[in-house]
Amino acid sequence: MHDQPSVPELLEAVKRFIDETAAPNLKGHAAFHARVASNALATALRDLDARPANETSEAARLRALLNASDTASLEEMNRDLCEQIQSGEITAETSDLLAHLKATTIAQVEVDQPRYSGLKTALKTT
Amino acid sequence: MGTQSDFETGLSVLFTSIFDSDAKLEAHTRLSGGASQETWALSGSGHDAILRRAPGGTSAARSSAAIGLPAEAALIDAASKAGVPVPKVLHVLNDADGLGDGFIMSRVYGETIARPILRNDEFSNARAALSAQCGQALAAIHAIPTTGLPDTLQVSGGLEQIAQYETIYRGFDVPRPVFELALQWLKANAPDPLDPVLVHGDFRLGNLMVDESGLVSVLDWELAHFGDPREDLAWVCVNSWRFGQSHNRVGGFGQLEDMLNAYNAASGRAFTAKDVDWWEMLGTLKWGIMCMIMYEAFRSGADPSVERAAIGRRVSETEIDLINLLEAAHA
Repeated sequence: MHDQPSVPELLEAVKRFIDETAAPNLKGHAAFHARVASNALATALRDLDARPANETSEAARLRALLNASDTASLEEMNRDLCEQIQSGEITAETSDLLAHLKATTIAQVEVDQPRYSGLKTALKTT
Repeated sequence: MGTQSDFETGLSVLFTSIFDSDAKLEAHTRLSGGASQETWALSGSGHDAILRRAPGGTSAARSSAAIGLPAEAALIDAASKAGVPVPKVLHVLNDADGLGDGFIMSRVYGETIARPILRNDEFSNARAALSAQCGQALAAIHAIPTTGLPDTLQVSGGLEQIAQYETIYRGFDVPRPVFELALQWLKANAPDPLDPVLVHGDFRLGNLMVDESGLVSVLDWELAHFGDPREDLAWVCVNSWRFGQSHNRVGGFGQLEDMLNAYNAASGRAFTAKDVDWWEMLGTLKWGIMCMIMYEAFRSGADPSVERAAIGRRVSETEIDLINLLEAAHA
């Protein structure tokens, strides 16, 4: 498949159109939605960029935490983790749990909402 | 629910009957705001009022937790008698009015949007006064006699809310380990429940009318219920409701000590920051699951707007807040 323009290039072009052409011509609720749309495209671009590396390190941490097999998928391991938290086998006191969840959530918020105040608080205590 | 001109005619008749026989409705303007309810500004002959009405006049509560407009009017009335700053209810719509479900109240002036309240110079005195004013208002709300309040109000304490939100979360079948841990932590560390009081249920910037000197009016009573007074004190502290000003635990504008001192002085209670911590964790989890509910409206096709799509990527904000709270609790 061709990739000229690439997916990020297409998203960047649409985002630029919203920011520079569409949004300035909109008012009220439509202008608000244009800002939301632009932010959503920015999230999509960060997600495309960061997801492979983030998921690789999330999976490595989960494998160590759960002593899971090399073939277990990220989804399977997260379900397993949820079940073990629910059953009380793993708690907030379990070594490495909070550190894993914090690293995973920091990576997620850096993609979703990098300016969120709670992210700054988390980074200060890391 | 009738035609547009039925609506205008009905409103005009009502406006005259609420004020005086010479009062003529000159303008009615739909204000932006809640999607769950219509808000109209009415004016004429020197009088101003606000109409809160179900969309199109048909009554369909936003969620099972919403109490409905007639009940909201009754609560605002009870709050007014208890000294809570609220608008004055002028009329509750009835069948003869032909305008559907809703009520008319006095118009109060001020700012409800968090950003200017938290950042603009003209609100600097308001910010300094607001924490204590919130403490006083919440003490007054929690002291409202519960007898005679609408029977549509639910009883919902901390453990009931955990169960309710856990059911919703499990229904989505999306594994979120942080939520799972918060659920288990909340259950393991739940404080003893207190005798139920009237709880506002959504006491935070956005639902508070503020002017240069501070709190003018407590709005949006549709999530009111009987529950634990600590719920309201903590909800305004949830980091999402600090709107970026994390260092000010109360709503982004003030310190918890100031709110609690005012609250304790007015109520005779002796709440400390520790009483707020558990409820702030619960409030943060609830807001996260509410964001999941709003995203679900997009995913299911019920509301295909970009806003509902994007809110799904705000769930992680509450996850990082929960991590910060869990870390602090285990420090």
